[in-house]
Amino acid sequence: MTDKKQPSEAAIWLGLADNTFTRQKTVKFGDASAVNSGRFYSILIVCGLIALWVLSSRLGLVKEFYWPTIGSTFDRIGLLVTEGFRNVSLWEHIGISVYRVISGVVYGAIVGIPLGFAMGLSSTARGFFDPIVEFMRPIPPLALIPLIILWFGIDETAKIFLLFLASLFIMTIAARSGVSSVRISKVHAAYSLGASKMQILRHVILPNALPEIFTGLRTSMGVCWGTVVAAELVAADKGIGSMIMIAKNFLQTDTVVIGIIIIGVIGYAIEIFMRFLERWLIPWKGKG
Amino acid sequence: MTGIAIDSVSMVFTLPGGGEVHALNNVSLDIKEGELVSVLGPSGCGKTTLLNIVAGFLAPTSGEVRLNHHTVTGPGSERGMVFQQGALFEWLTVEQNVAFGPNMAGKPKAETQEKVQHLLDTVGLSDFGEKPVYQLSGGMQQRVALARCLANDPDVILMDEPLGALDALTREKMQGLVLQLWKETGKTIILITHSVEEALFLGEKLIVMAPRPGRIERVYELPFADLGMSKSPREIKAGADFVEKREEILSMIWEMEEEIMGQATG
Ligand SMILES: Nc1ncnc2c1ncn2[C@@H]1O[C@H](COP(=O)(O)OP(=O)(O)OP(=O)(O)O)[C@@H](O)[C@H]1O
Ligand SMILES: [Mg+2]
Repeated sequence: MTDKKQPSEAAIWLGLADNTFTRQKTVKFGDASAVNSGRFYSILIVCGLIALWVLSSRLGLVKEFYWPTIGSTFDRIGLLVTEGFRNVSLWEHIGISVYRVISGVVYGAIVGIPLGFAMGLSSTARGFFDPIVEFMRPIPPLALIPLIILWFGIDETAKIFLLFLASLFIMTIAARSGVSSVRISKVHAAYSLGASKMQILRHVILPNALPEIFTGLRTSMGVCWGTVVAAELVAADKGIGSMIMIAKNFLQTDTVVIGIIIIGVIGYAIEIFMRFLERWLIPWKGKG
Repeated sequence: MTGIAIDSVSMVFTLPGGGEVHALNNVSLDIKEGELVSVLGPSGCGKTTLLNIVAGFLAPTSGEVRLNHHTVTGPGSERGMVFQQGALFEWLTVEQNVAFGPNMAGKPKAETQEKVQHLLDTVGLSDFGEKPVYQLSGGMQQRVALARCLANDPDVILMDEPLGALDALTREKMQGLVLQLWKETGKTIILITHSVEEALFLGEKLIVMAPRPGRIERVYELPFADLGMSKSPREIKAGADFVEKREEILSMIWEMEEEIMGQATG
C-alpha cells in the first residue's frame, strides 16, 4: 500500500480533488463521468462577477444608462415588489406571462397529442397532416407574430394562439415519435394476451409514448417561455416582456436588468419543475 | 383438441430493392395436443418467421396453419407468446404484468388476484409482486413473462428463444421450470432455441431446420423430456445417448453453417 494522502472533504466538495468515484478511474480524459464538478471555479466566477459589479458601482465606472449600480438595483427591486411597475404589481407581470405559457402549452397538448397519435397510427391522418407539420416545424414562432397581429390584433387571444402554435407542432411530433417507438414485441404480446385495438392504444401505446410526450411538454414549456417574452416585447401592456420594453422606453436600465434576471430564473425553475414531475410520474422512462 | 397443423407453409419476403427472400419453403408439420416441440437451426433459417405465422402476426405467402381445425388468420388469446426479452410492460408492476390478460378480458378482480398470486408462487416471485419489472434481473423477468402468459390460460404457448438472454446457470434452472410447467399444465408448446442441449432436454419432438430456403431438415422423437421429472437434469444431459444425439445434431448444424459460408464466399 502506498501512503497516498487523502484529499480533504472540502477539496472534494469544491471539485478540486478526485472523489471516491473519480479516484478509481485511471483514464479520465474522454470519460465525461470522470470530470470533477469544479465547483470552486463556479463559486469563484459568481463571486468575481458580483465583486466587479460592486466595484464598478462604487467607482462609478459604467454610466447608469448602460448598467445599473448595485445599490439602485436593490432599491428598484424593493420598489417593484412593494409598488409594482406602472400600476401593475410585479407578481401580476410574472403571473400573466406564466399563465399565457401554461395556456399555450395546455392547448397545444390537447390538440397535438391526439394529432400525433393519429399520425402515428393511421395512414390517412399521416398523409393529411404530414405536409403541414413538416412545413410548420422549422418556422420559428416569432415569425408568425406579424400575421397573428393582423388576424387577432394584440389582445390576449392573439398571444395565447401564438403560444398554442409554438407548442402544437412540438407536441404533435413528440406524440408521433412516442407512438412509433413502441417495440413491436410489446404490441404482439398484448394482442396474444387478448387485448383489443382500443386496449392496445390505452394500455400499451399510450404508456409507452408518455416519456416522449413528457419530453415534448418540457421542450414546449421552454420554447413558449422564450416566445411569450418576445411576443410581449412586441405588443402587450402586461407581462414580464412588456415590463422590460416599457422600462427601456423610460430608460430604466435597472428594471430591464431585473426583468432579464427574472426571465432566466423562471425559465430555469420551469425546467427543474418539469424534470421533477417527470421523475415522479414516469419512473419507467428509459427502462424499456 | 388443440393440435396445430402447419400445412405446406411458404413465406417469401419481397425486399424493398426488388429481391426476394425465401424464408420458408413448403413447411409442413403436425403438432399434437400437449406436445412440446423444440425447433433448432442456424441463424436466418426462418424459425422466427414460422413462429410468427403460427402466432398469426404474419400471413404466409402460401399454405396455412390450422389450430383446432380452424385456419389461423390473426393473433388470439388461445396462443400465448413468450419473447426473448423486452416484451414486458415496464410501466406496470410484476403483478400488473401477470394480470394483464385477465384484466383485458374483464375477469373479476378477486379471481385474478388469486390466480396471479398462485402463478407468482409457482415461478418463485411471490415476494416481488409490487416491484416494477425493470428492477428485476433478466432471469426473473423471463419468469414474469412466463407467468403472464400462463395467467391467460392459453392452449398453446409459443416461445422464441425465451432463455436466450440468460446466463448458463439461470438458463438451466429456467429449463427445469419450463419442463415442470409443461408437465403440470399439459399445454402444447413450440420452443425455439439456439441451444442444442436445451432443445434435446425439453423437446418431445425436435425439429431441425435448414436455411436457403428455410425448410425442415429432420424431425427427431426424443425420450429426454419424459425422463426430466424422475432424473436430475445434469444426469440426463451427461447420459451417453444424450451426448450422442447432441453431437450428431451439432455436426449437422455445423455442416449447414459451412455450406452458408461457402455460398457466401464462393
Ligand atoms: N420482414 C422481413 N423482410 C425481409 N426479410 C425478412 C423479414 N423477416 C425475416 N426476413 C428474412 O427471412 C429469413 C428468416 O428470418 P427469421 O427471423 O425467421 O430467422 P431465424 O431463424 O429466426 O433467425 P435467428 O436464429 O437469427 O433468430 C432471414 O433471411 C431474414 O433475413
Ligand atoms: Mg429468430
